[in-house]
Amino acid sequence: MAPRLLEFADELRREEMKVGTSELLDAFEALRHVEWTDREDFFEALATTLAKSQEDRRVLEAVFDRFFFRAAEREAVERGVKEGAGREGGASPEPELDFDSLRERIRDTLRDANAPEGQLRDLARLAISAFGRQGEGSGVIGVDVQRIRRTLGLRGEQAGAELPDPHSVPRDRLREFEAQVRRELERALIERTETLPPSKPLRELDRALPTGGAQDLAQVHRIVAQMRRRLATQGRENRGRNRSSAIDVRRTMRTSLQTGGVPLDLRFRPRRPRRPELFVLCDVSTSVTSASVFFLSMLHALHDSFRKLRSFVFVERISEVTEVFERERSFEAVSRAISGDAGVADVSGYTDYGRVWIEFLDRVVDDLDPRSTVIVLGDARTNGREPHAAAFGHIAERAGRTFWMNPEPKLYWNYGDSVMQVYEPYCTGVFECWTTKQLEGFVNAIADLRPVASSG
Amino acid sequence: MTAEFQSIDETRAGLASAGYLADESTALVSFLAGRLGKPVLVEGPAGVGKTELAKALSRATGRKLVRLQCYEGLDEAKALYEWNYRKQLLRIQVEASDAGWQEVKDDIFGEEFLLPRPLLTAISAAEPVVLLIDEIDKTDQEFEAMLLEVLSDFQVSIPELGVVEAKTHPIVLLTSNDSRELTEALKRRCLYLWLGYPTVERELEIVRLHAPDLKQDVARKLVEVMHMVRELDLKKPPSIAESIDWARALLLLGAEDVDQETLKQTMSVIVKHRTDLDLVAERVGVKLTDGLVRPLG
Repeated sequence: MAPRLLEFADELRREEMKVGTSELLDAFEALRHVEWTDREDFFEALATTLAKSQEDRRVLEAVFDRFFFRAAEREAVERGVKEGAGREGGASPEPELDFDSLRERIRDTLRDANAPEGQLRDLARLAISAFGRQGEGSGVIGVDVQRIRRTLGLRGEQAGAELPDPHSVPRDRLREFEAQVRRELERALIERTETLPPSKPLRELDRALPTGGAQDLAQVHRIVAQMRRRLATQGRENRGRNRSSAIDVRRTMRTSLQTGGVPLDLRFRPRRPRRPELFVLCDVSTSVTSASVFFLSMLHALHDSFRKLRSFVFVERISEVTEVFERERSFEAVSRAISGDAGVADVSGYTDYGRVWIEFLDRVVDDLDPRSTVIVLGDARTNGREPHAAAFGHIAERAGRTFWMNPEPKLYWNYGDSVMQVYEPYCTGVFECWTTKQLEGFVNAIADLRPVASSG
Repeated sequence: MTAEFQSIDETRAGLASAGYLADESTALVSFLAGRLGKPVLVEGPAGVGKTELAKALSRATGRKLVRLQCYEGLDEAKALYEWNYRKQLLRIQVEASDAGWQEVKDDIFGEEFLLPRPLLTAISAAEPVVLLIDEIDKTDQEFEAMLLEVLSDFQVSIPELGVVEAKTHPIVLLTSNDSRELTEALKRRCLYLWLGYPTVERELEIVRLHAPDLKQDVARKLVEVMHMVRELDLKKPPSIAESIDWARALLLLGAEDVDQETLKQTMSVIVKHRTDLDLVAERVGVKLTDGLVRPLG
């Protein structure tokens, strides 16, 4: 057991958890007093000695699952066992299973709090295979999970909903179901590729998504305030005092009175610092569900800091939400308003970036000028629709600077239906951004970029 | 009576008999704390029973509870020990001028002139105690550093006197509301326990334990409403302590059901911010009448 545990600790360290020798000794000591045939006790004993914060505990939980779940998987891969092998021969039990009845069954199971976990897993498998027949998979597990959920029309109960939605299911049960789907997809992926998936990006996604709303909000606000300072003072340093500034005739004349009317001392007109003018486009579709809280809080913070800011949210079509943000002060009210009556045109629920660009151009093309900055928050997943890169190029050309912030790790870009590379050349900068830390990176990066005004 | 727990189940039973319903991890950590002799760092939102755990442990083990309440500016003199200056002065006057320096020095720096504060009390107690260092996150880092010696070696160095070592091994609990990150050094020396809000079933048990006269169905509805309230994004979500208070309030009022009217009247027991009050009235109150939550009967 000891070597396995050390391996486990190694894995934890790879996840940037600080596991010292003394913690390990504690863990061994604790395990001496605990029945480690009991999975629960075993885990708790490790957790209490190794994980020293809630965050650590979450990581530990994920790694624990993966480590011991993988152990079985690894053996399967090594032995070349395939789950499908036995089943292929016989006819599948329910060949005629259609979507509607599946949907009903899943909903019923989710509402039944006493349904056994196994049943949920079976349904998750059915959902995946039914979904697989439609032949679309983005290649990214997180995205697929959300798509499957959407296709099944499963919705969590809204906390503030006035009327009970007949299609909604309890939230935590839905989350459980999603976890099952994710697990099954992961298993399928392992089976298909016969290798274990890389653990690093999974960890970052799983761990870093903003969960504690209020706390994150404060941090986002702090960073955005910093960003505002950077944007406002940007370019000032190379605006030399005397270079290409206009002479202030009135003040020069006045000073010249001291020298008997001879203008010895020239006075210049102070130059106004560039006033940042922001256009922010924010994707609120389901593929970025987990990041959209973060995005919205960013929008909210931006509105607190910038006066000249217009914000848009989009799914299939675009709608302007500047007013909502200006009217509502509290973040909760804003997010409620946006999800409720801001009129996000959401027909199919799939993002249509091409259409969004065209509509955006249509609305604001006259307001875009070299002093304006366009920031896009989205994953560039077009769901196979025409990306209309030319339209985006046109936007980028009109605007002084264009930044793209993508809530997915770089590894996933251009994978599946992500068309990041189509848009990337037009952008002044592209960033992966789903944590406040990365947001800080973005702020630093834009401060380093030379102002575009000087180049064109 | 001083008893040491022999197993996790025994720990849980012991805590239960002391009026504390521990979940799996709490019982396990309490058990390990006694076994490994390591301090336990308990973190979690306010009012989930962190302090209560220490009290229950002291009741369950029959040990005395020594409590050190932390606050900003807490220093050694108030936490560890202090010399009793007045007594020392008196002693010097009594000895007068004929005694030599060495004698006086030996005399006035004796244990007789030492005022033990909670930490020293806990360590030098003849019977093992439960030491509760409450809200450690309220102190500053220097204080944490000072704690390290006490927590890892269970000893206190007094320059004039030497090292006071623990005669018995106390169970140490540190609680924190996570208002600031504690130092690595401190965390490394502790077992970690996170206490969060309990599930409906557990909270129901807790409420029933503390307000046994409340009807089962009313209690259940109360807890369900509590969970609904916690799901809202409140400034200060109500804690378990507030559930219990509310249960007692309902009992006093003789409420038969938790409906919108009752909620309106007694809301101030569970929600303590004006904006929160509005939010709860608006979001939960409506649900109670719209039949989203089944009326009793």
